[in-house]
Amino acid sequence: MSTTTTTGAATSQVPDDLGRFGEFGRRFVPETLMHALEELTAEYARATQDPAFQKELDGLLSTFVGRPNPLYFAERLTQYCGGARIYLKREDLNHTGAHKINNTMGQVLLTRRMGKKRVIAETGAGQHGVATATACARFGLDCVVYMGEEDVRRQKLNVFNMRMMGAEVRPVTSGSRTLRDAINEAMRDWMGSVQNTHYIIGSVVGPHPFPMMVRDFQSVIGREARRQCQEIVGRLPDEVIACVGGGSNSAGMFYPFVDDKTVRLTGVEAGGRGPQPGDHASTLTHGVKGVLHGSYSYVLQDVDGQTADVHSISAGLDYPGVGPEHSYWKDSGRVDYVSITDQEALDAFQTMAKLEGILPALESSHAIAHTLKAAKRRSPQEVIVVCLSGRGDKDVYEVARLLGRDLG
Amino acid sequence: MTNSSRISQTFAKLKQAGQLAFMPFITAGDPDMAMTLSLIQELAQRGVDLIEVGFPYSDPIADGPVIQASYTRALNRKLKVEDIFAGVATLKTAELPPLVGMVSYALLFRRGVDAFMARAAEVGFAGLIIPDLPADEASEAAALAKKNGLDLVQLIAPTTPRDRAIKILNAASGFVYCISIAGITGVRDQLPPELRDQLAWLRQQTKLPLAVGFGISKPDQVDVLRDVADGVIVGSAIVKQLDALEKGGTREAVLSEVGKVAGGLVTATHQAK
Ligand SMILES: Cc1ncc(COP(=O)(O)O)c(C=O)c1O
Repeated sequence: MSTTTTTGAATSQVPDDLGRFGEFGRRFVPETLMHALEELTAEYARATQDPAFQKELDGLLSTFVGRPNPLYFAERLTQYCGGARIYLKREDLNHTGAHKINNTMGQVLLTRRMGKKRVIAETGAGQHGVATATACARFGLDCVVYMGEEDVRRQKLNVFNMRMMGAEVRPVTSGSRTLRDAINEAMRDWMGSVQNTHYIIGSVVGPHPFPMMVRDFQSVIGREARRQCQEIVGRLPDEVIACVGGGSNSAGMFYPFVDDKTVRLTGVEAGGRGPQPGDHASTLTHGVKGVLHGSYSYVLQDVDGQTADVHSISAGLDYPGVGPEHSYWKDSGRVDYVSITDQEALDAFQTMAKLEGILPALESSHAIAHTLKAAKRRSPQEVIVVCLSGRGDKDVYEVARLLGRDLG
Repeated sequence: MTNSSRISQTFAKLKQAGQLAFMPFITAGDPDMAMTLSLIQELAQRGVDLIEVGFPYSDPIADGPVIQASYTRALNRKLKVEDIFAGVATLKTAELPPLVGMVSYALLFRRGVDAFMARAAEVGFAGLIIPDLPADEASEAAALAKKNGLDLVQLIAPTTPRDRAIKILNAASGFVYCISIAGITGVRDQLPPELRDQLAWLRQQTKLPLAVGFGISKPDQVDVLRDVADGVIVGSAIVKQLDALEKGGTREAVLSEVGKVAGGLVTATHQAK
């Protein structure tokens, strides 16, 4: 491992050609996948230079996804906290109900450019699976989604939705039966199908170019929020907050603000039941530098390098790794990372529902929970923008179960 | 004789005799190191030429269900990397076929690549295969392997374009691990027809021995490779035998089954070209 250090200021001029964010990122995958990653990198570079590609993507984001979505002043949440003014970036209003579709639309267009007819994806909460199934239905591509058996149970509604759109959902029964195992299975599929299949990774994880490409596709969140905040408030926000699973909604939210040194950036990880190993998924808070799923980043693992078991109430945050750019932001001090427990997230879910009439996804509820704490510490002149990464419909069964209610 | 040259010498001797090398793969610690050490002895007695020892890893993306299940069994019994080293250290490795460790980069990185390799060499490994460390990222590991007297085996896949293959060959030592199929480990009935062409082309590019792995299980597949390869690697067909232990089979029975499978492949590979 080279000795590049990442101390000092973070910049937005990453990664380099080797996929390095400071020391993090790169490619640690079997040789079988290397050529496909090189091809993808080259095709993505060509696409970003091609105005027709950008135009097609912008068109889809506007007419199919429904962008731009609003930056909404959460008046009653603000009153409740009695501190900073809270603005919600409404990714929950996107078609399919989460930020994930920003990435899948971009990657599906790339799939078509590469002439591949089959798409595979992994999913945790099911939102990325639904977004991928949607994009594939829209463009007539075959779609297989790998999903941990535990998540199939927790996220039934999304499983049904994916199947309705013609995707094949393959439950994964190995390991912890969650997101990490779904990624393993998708990678294994790709090992054998790479010549005709594109793997649409759902977060800023995996080997180069995925962390860069997914960040770029998700950066539409931060670009819009930055502009909308200037229009509505007349200046940049004081703090931007987002939840971190693999790290895609947060990377997309933060990236356009990285060079705005006055804006504090805070990522919120899943604190689960508490800080004991196996009880949480707070990779940046408790993890070590290591290798998982093809990239070098912080990871929760044991002394041998075996990936640790993790827990979160939220399937989308239940992941022992994190995107390499977040590791770079952490070590450079550009972004602060904090944890929110299952209970705090569940409380925030209910607070949002009662005060704002919005059911947030359990993932996003983590960001909301931290926002409630942060807003209380700030003055009413200050502004917090929080990414409401998705809507909570998918979570109602799980929330009802946790609250001891029966949905009948 | 240094450890690192043992692999080359093994291949050189076989080449002179007009034979292929046979390298079985076994998982370390499934179900425990005592069994692994017995398997190594059994394989050595059967006349195998090298032995690949897989270090169980929690997220092996290049492996199919058989090896995954075996890794999971070992890890569920709390196998540690140091248990593997300590077990291998009890063997008289100089008198055994060269041992080649198959280790995920995550495990090497965690201990420190240099420290991991030093310990591997100390206990008697002759080389390492790091399946998720592509040649582009391998220069530091290659230098450290050399320093520690280990061969660092590089892999070439069916999807590797020729210009990449040449770069990989330049970084390789010991032998080249030629992956027969685009896919994961596991028993396949047939090898892809392009494989022979790729091997023939590689043969012109390098003096290093070419060992073919993934999907091979049967003596008649060896026949297909006889004139284009220098060795074959068989994993799942061997590891599969360990499943029997879960279903009440005895260790003796498993050792004898593994011995039989290996024996058949030794006969096939050692048949003169
Ligand atoms: C609504 C929502 N938010 C957040 C996440 C977490 O992923 P990421 O950290 O990549 O944004 C997910 C993942 O499934 C999600 O569905």
